[in-house]
Amino acid sequence: MTRPRSPLGKDLIGLEELSAHQIRTILDTAEPFKEISERRIKKVPVLRGNTIVNLFMEPSTRTRVSFEFAEKRLGADTVNIASSGSSVQKGETLVDTARNLEAMRIDMVVIRHPSSGAARFLAERIPSNVINAGDGSHEHPTQALLDILTIRDHRPELEGLKVCIVGDILHSRVARSNIFGLLKLGGEVGVCGPMTLLPPGLESLGVKVFRRIEEAIEWADVLNVLRLQLERMQGGFVPSLREYNRFYGVTTPRLKRARQNILVLHPGPMNRGVEIDSDVADGPQSVILRQVTNGVAVRMAVLYLLAGGSPERAEAAKQGQGEVA
Amino acid sequence: MSEAKVLLRGGRVVDPEQRLDGELDVLLADGRVARLGENLPAPEDGEVVDCRGLVVTPGLVDVHVHLREPGGERKETIASGARAAAAGGFTSICAMPNTDPVIDSPATVGFVAAAGRAAAMARVYPVGALSIGQEGERLTEIGELVGAGAVGITDDGRPVMDSGLMRMALEYSQAFDIPVADHPEDLGLSRGGAMNEGVVSARMGLRGKPNASEDVHILRDLLVAEHTGGHIHIQHVSTRRGVEAIRAAKARGVRVTAEATPHHLLLTDEAVEGYRTDAKMNPPLRSAADREAVVTGLLDGTLDVLATDHAPHHYDEKEQAFDDAPFGVVGLETALGLLLTHFVHSGRIDFSTLVERMSRAPARAFRLAGGDLREGGPGDVTLVDPDVEWIVDPERFESRSRNTPFGGWELKGRAVRTIVGGRTVWSTGGGG
Repeated sequence: MTRPRSPLGKDLIGLEELSAHQIRTILDTAEPFKEISERRIKKVPVLRGNTIVNLFMEPSTRTRVSFEFAEKRLGADTVNIASSGSSVQKGETLVDTARNLEAMRIDMVVIRHPSSGAARFLAERIPSNVINAGDGSHEHPTQALLDILTIRDHRPELEGLKVCIVGDILHSRVARSNIFGLLKLGGEVGVCGPMTLLPPGLESLGVKVFRRIEEAIEWADVLNVLRLQLERMQGGFVPSLREYNRFYGVTTPRLKRARQNILVLHPGPMNRGVEIDSDVADGPQSVILRQVTNGVAVRMAVLYLLAGGSPERAEAAKQGQGEVA
Repeated sequence: MSEAKVLLRGGRVVDPEQRLDGELDVLLADGRVARLGENLPAPEDGEVVDCRGLVVTPGLVDVHVHLREPGGERKETIASGARAAAAGGFTSICAMPNTDPVIDSPATVGFVAAAGRAAAMARVYPVGALSIGQEGERLTEIGELVGAGAVGITDDGRPVMDSGLMRMALEYSQAFDIPVADHPEDLGLSRGGAMNEGVVSARMGLRGKPNASEDVHILRDLLVAEHTGGHIHIQHVSTRRGVEAIRAAKARGVRVTAEATPHHLLLTDEAVEGYRTDAKMNPPLRSAADREAVVTGLLDGTLDVLATDHAPHHYDEKEQAFDDAPFGVVGLETALGLLLTHFVHSGRIDFSTLVERMSRAPARAFRLAGGDLREGGPGDVTLVDPDVEWIVDPERFESRSRNTPFGGWELKGRAVRTIVGGRTVWSTGGGG
């Protein structure tokens, strides 16, 4: 059975491959889905009969749970496969995993994998829709989409908006997806972090690089503060957490130099007192919990669109009128 | 060894050693080049090969191939690799020692040499490990390895990180008149990189190996070679600063030879787009400026040797996420066609320079017989049809592996017959 054509194509691998129009379509489609999560009975039958596998080959709680809620609230049947105890740990290759999933006739795969390019690798080998839930240091498109949706909730005009991503850009798929997405929507993107954690050639992508956090904060309308992975210390990229906080931490004294209505985002999970101080995370500029709520809506929108749902009918779909497949 | 006489009649003979480039007949007898001349009489007891329209060159030599045997026979064997070499026009190849076990003893060197003789295709010359187990700690018994047939030493696959060990290798090896070959890479700088460090790696979220990781190691090798007077052979140069450093070292008399590979001459890191594991090799494909510097180095002789770094891998190893796939591409069966198409036919180098880089210089660098068509030398000859058009089809490779970024490329020119010791070991007519 062929599925209806999706406005996104077969898969969602990254924001680099999407047009501005496609990104806006996802964001706009997420709007009506926000409301479902506010209901007492949080379920519509949009994806009834669809089977979705959440294939998480790297530890994740937040993203996996968010996808699972999105899938269940749309009425899909879901199976979670985590790397520990799975055949993946027994040496099965990604291509064999893909073939086995395909043999079970599933409709969609949500994949998280430690290697960059793994989501595309899977997408090229199976006819099911593939959603990238984070591949290595490459992209994490739904995270960036929920970040952008959250920004848009507070700053409807993204054109010319200055967003600075702070922290470990080198290893961050969240940073890459945000950079690609925001630039396509006309935003300005800056990054700030220790030089050891900035990849080369960012300027040629159109990104402004800040060496000092103070300058970044003065420049930005929005700060997206990345988690500092603790293993970066073993890698020698930063000498200590204390030093990181001292020179790159987003703290209340530093925010005093920011414009008054600056927004602070964090994709989580936070290291309080390292990349972000608690009084900032819990303060008035923080929209961190809004991100989490929006995450479910964005993922519902992506699932709905990939399954062939039309953006115009999302409102009707959430009223329970219309299954897509 | 007495082989039937063969008269190669009417071809264009290109032999830089004798500064020959013109129509001549070549008579092979007793496995050797017996005579060169015009209108040689057909031998009574032999074959006459009509070479009109063909180029007759000394057999091609590739000083950098991985044959994977022992230990990696599903990727390649000595026999399949020697056959792939013959199919690509190569009559001599040097087998790298990074097998399992490592070729670090006279017995294992002898095994490779014997298996090469048994294959009876291209000549297979073992290169021994520089350090025991390629662990970078203690020198192998270099004299014993040479006695068993090794023509050089290297820890290829791994760089020699300990400068003191490199010094000793470059000193000790001089008694045996062999080159010390090194894979130049500072592992501290390349730190787990999977491709070139640059804009492409930044976009794709892959870890990069910066140019500097190769540059500092090349400079180190050159300085240690200069200090010791030993012969350093720098493998697969891929960076512009690396080429510059070698050029400068040659100008001041350092004993250095160096390789360029077809892939570094023709591709940049953009070939990795789409996470194409067939474009994953080490050193990685680099920027356009680096590629152009490697081309210039090949043209002006800074990089005197064309070598393929033929590195076969089984398809299921390459069919993985990029980080998980091994480094390496096969090269024996595409090198000549690529060079003819993109350098000779395009007018960037003449045929004689091509033969210099693919036959004479590599033979001299590793002190191998051949590399020219002098009377009395080995009867190793490659017959090249410079004009035949063909499309690279990895499914038709003689190699056991298919990992090439050149599949589907349209090429002009290839070897049509490969003669080793006066005996045709391979021809487009179907085997030898």
